[in-house]
Amino acid sequence: MAFKGTIVIDKQRCKGCSVCIENCPNKCISLSKGVNSKGYRYAELSSDGCIGCASCAIVCPDSVISVYRVKI
Amino acid sequence: MEISDMIKPENLVYGKPALLTDNVMHYCPGCSHGTVHKLIAEVIEDMGIQDKTIGISPVGCSVFAYNYIDIDWQEAAHGRAPALATATKRLCPDKYVFTYQGDGDLASIGTAEIIHACSRGENIVVIFINNGIYGMTGGQMAPTTLLGMKTSTTPYGRDAKLNGFPLKITEMLAALDGTAYISRQSVHTAAAARKAKNAIRKGFEYSSKGVGLSFIEIVSTCNSGWKLSPVEANKWMVEHMFAKYPVGDIKDVLK
Repeated sequence: MAFKGTIVIDKQRCKGCSVCIENCPNKCISLSKGVNSKGYRYAELSSDGCIGCASCAIVCPDSVISVYRVKI
Repeated sequence: MEISDMIKPENLVYGKPALLTDNVMHYCPGCSHGTVHKLIAEVIEDMGIQDKTIGISPVGCSVFAYNYIDIDWQEAAHGRAPALATATKRLCPDKYVFTYQGDGDLASIGTAEIIHACSRGENIVVIFINNGIYGMTGGQMAPTTLLGMKTSTTPYGRDAKLNGFPLKITEMLAALDGTAYISRQSVHTAAAARKAKNAIRKGFEYSSKGVGLSFIEIVSTCNSGWKLSPVEANKWMVEHMFAKYPVGDIKDVLK
C-alpha cells in the first residue's frame, strides 16, 4: 500500500525556521523565494515526493502545516 | 491524483489542534516552546479534559502561554508556579493542574518551590523547558548552562571555578519520595516529539491517579540566545546538551 500526501502551509504565520525542511524524510519542502507580510521566507512544498507522514507538521513550532494523505 | 483533489477534510491526517488559539506566537522562529505548547494542547484534547485543566504560566518567554492554549490559566510570580499549583490542586482536587516553567524560573529562583512541591508529592504535572540559558532577558547564564557555554554573562564560556557546575535538577528531584514520574524528552525531531507527547500524557494520567508529582523536562533550544540558526541549534543540542542531559525516563513508580 502506498500513500500520497500533500501539505498546506499558512504562509502568513510561517516564520521560516526550516525545522520542517530538516525533518522531511523525502526532502520535498524548501524555503520560498519571496517573503510573507512579516518579511520571513516561508516553507513551501517543492516536489511531489510528499507521502503525508506529518513529520514536518509535528515539529512545526507555529503549527502552520496541515497534512493531507490518500491511499493510492 | 491532483493535489487539489487531496485537500479535503476527510483526508486531513494532521493539523493545528483546536485547543491552540489563532494568536500568532511571539516566540522566535524555531523556538521549542511552540512545539511543546502544541503537544500539551494535543494531550488535553486527546484526553478530553479542556474544561478540567488549569495551567500555571511562569515568568520567562512562556509568560504568555495563556494566550495560546484555550484552557484556564493562572500567572505565577517568578518561580512560584509549583506553590500556586499546589493551592489550585488542593482547592480543586478534581482538576488537572500543570505548571509550565523554564530553567531560569524553575531551577534558579524557584528551586525551593519545586523541591518542596516534589517532596510533598503534590498531584500536579510540571513541564520543565531546559534550554540552558535565560532566553527572555537576553541570554544570560542559567543554572543549567553547560560548562564552556558562552552566554552574555559568561562571554568566555562557563567556568566551574567561577560559576559552578550545571544543575541537574531533574536527577535531584528523582531522588525525592514524592515524585511519581520523572522523564526527560526533547522535541527536535518528529520521533522525539511523539515520545515527549506520550510522556506528557503519562504525567497527566498519573496526576489524576494521585500517586505523586509528575515532572517532564524537555531539553530544548534557544537559537536566539545561542546565536545559531534553528536547525544548527537543534544539532548543537544533540551534540552537547544530550551529553549532560540524556533523554529517557528517569523514574516511574507504577512500572
